[in-house]
Amino acid sequence: MSFNIVVLAKQVPDTRNVGKDAMKADGTVNRGALPAIYNPEDLNALEQALRLKSKFEGSQVHVLTMGPSRAAEIIRESMYRGADGGYLLSGREFAGSDTLATSYALAAAIRRMGKIDIIICGRQAIDGDTAQVGPQVAEKLGIPQITYAEEIISIVKDKITVKRRLERGIELVKGSLPIVITVNGSAANCRPRNAKLTLKYKNARTATERQTSSTDYTDLIEAHPYLNIPEWGAADIEHEVKWLGLTGSPTKVKSIESVVFTAKESKRLTPDDTEIEDLMKELIANHTIG
Amino acid sequence: MNNIFVYLEIEDGIVADVSLELLTKGRTLADKQQCKLEAVAVGHQLDKIGTQVFQYGVDTLYLADDKRLSPYTTLPHTSVLVNLFKEEKPQIALMGATSIGRDLGPRVSSALFSGLTADCTALEIGAYEDKKAGKKHNDLLYQIRPAFGGNIVATIVNPDCRPQMATVREGVMKKEIRNPKHEGKTVKLDIAKYVSDTDFVIEVIERHMEKSKVNLKASPIIIAGGYGMGSADNFGMLYDLANVLGGEVGASRAAVDAGFAEHERQIGQTGTTVRPKLYIACGISGQIQHIAGMQESAMIIAINSDANAPINAIADYVITGTVEEVIPKMIKYYKKNSK
Repeated sequence: MSFNIVVLAKQVPDTRNVGKDAMKADGTVNRGALPAIYNPEDLNALEQALRLKSKFEGSQVHVLTMGPSRAAEIIRESMYRGADGGYLLSGREFAGSDTLATSYALAAAIRRMGKIDIIICGRQAIDGDTAQVGPQVAEKLGIPQITYAEEIISIVKDKITVKRRLERGIELVKGSLPIVITVNGSAANCRPRNAKLTLKYKNARTATERQTSSTDYTDLIEAHPYLNIPEWGAADIEHEVKWLGLTGSPTKVKSIESVVFTAKESKRLTPDDTEIEDLMKELIANHTIG
Repeated sequence: MNNIFVYLEIEDGIVADVSLELLTKGRTLADKQQCKLEAVAVGHQLDKIGTQVFQYGVDTLYLADDKRLSPYTTLPHTSVLVNLFKEEKPQIALMGATSIGRDLGPRVSSALFSGLTADCTALEIGAYEDKKAGKKHNDLLYQIRPAFGGNIVATIVNPDCRPQMATVREGVMKKEIRNPKHEGKTVKLDIAKYVSDTDFVIEVIERHMEKSKVNLKASPIIIAGGYGMGSADNFGMLYDLANVLGGEVGASRAAVDAGFAEHERQIGQTGTTVRPKLYIACGISGQIQHIAGMQESAMIIAINSDANAPINAIADYVITGTVEEVIPKMIKYYKKNSK
């Protein structure tokens, strides 16, 4: 038994450790100041896919990402860790996509990839935390979904058993292929880069990357066709224009404000015994505690 | 028609707090829009749902009652909502930003091609001018949510598609009974018309749900630890202080990510929003996304070895020192001075 697996991954600005220079004076986000990283939960998803690949001989794992041309880094990173290859979905037609337009485009690209058994992605991306794209891709493809997956327990014929980690408990559910699975951060961490694969794929590039590079990749690609990362634009996927990008996005951003908290006048204390005792006395006296 | 709908989340016959909070918000929005507030319960043995929700001002309660609809699975619940929404054409649909709402909401929104905004922290009605299309909308739902790790707050609108959908986390909105005597209308849905047999492709084999052990929202005193606590062991002293003061222990996202505390203790935009009488922040630097979830605390004490930690700006008392030194002293002097 072997499976065709697609991992949906996203390159995101690292919003977890936002420094002071991350916001511009006008309150907009200075994306340039934030390092671009592999969305953490998508790495958990990749790991689940790679485990299936080693468990079921002949299975293939391909990564699909939508983004600007530098998002090809995500595909290379996946290949270093064990993915067979990937596709970059890129183009100005996709600009301004909300989760629904993104899902429409991803679903169309997945259809172009042929017969797919399992689509795995992270539960959510840290730049938006919406957790919408996985379920929406499933709906667009007309297949079921299992969200909040922590572990793919087994696949027997076309039945897949998955352990879900929910806010207040766990669930063991069984579904049938094809299916979309979104993976929680509580799932196993992704394996590191494999040295051999890193060497093998370090020159993998998209056409755009090759064109804008000073290195000539022509001979390399000819000798090793797997070093070509296919790049698809809107023209490469079956679509109706009205469902792409801004026009395909029902949500509109009305306004954006940077967050400012009103500072209080704080009393400053030291850990000195008398100061802590006075504080506790005060809190008891004004019935905050006790 | 064009009313406001709330999807009710139900566990063991009890409507979840987050749904009651949304009914409270939904009632306010419905008053403003002069429309009805309607609730949908999908599950099994739903006879007692009405007595729980009518008092929040629900005008119509739709019941989709079938053995196969409990426990929750995605597709049949999606079908009920999608088909009901096609008939009723709500202007707004709200659900909890829970494991269920965040599984169901996107599926429904995709099927209806209606915009969904996740994890809203405020919902308001307001005007919107679409300059490109030359259209002005007078009463759209402002779906206000943090983005970029909480560094910005975005107001999202859905000008053209209905329903305008939003999810909200538990504890963000306040729950308030409108009228204990209010009785609405109950409509029982004919399941066969809404759900097809093929929707039941996912089978729940095992299910272990725990009643939440932690009730951060209801606790008047919260002792919260951050990454600066250093280890899960060090969190022990927070529990000691919480026990002595009669409070609950919370944690920042960084502390939860580091494994110092369970996820259900997380306070902030991606966790619980709290408004206690006293909030003691221990080793918490004060990322915006954390502050947003606790800034309404009546009194804030920050204990941090960094005198310039951002959290100090919003604290009433700033104790510059290590938690290892300060917390045992707090316990000691509380015990000494309380009767």
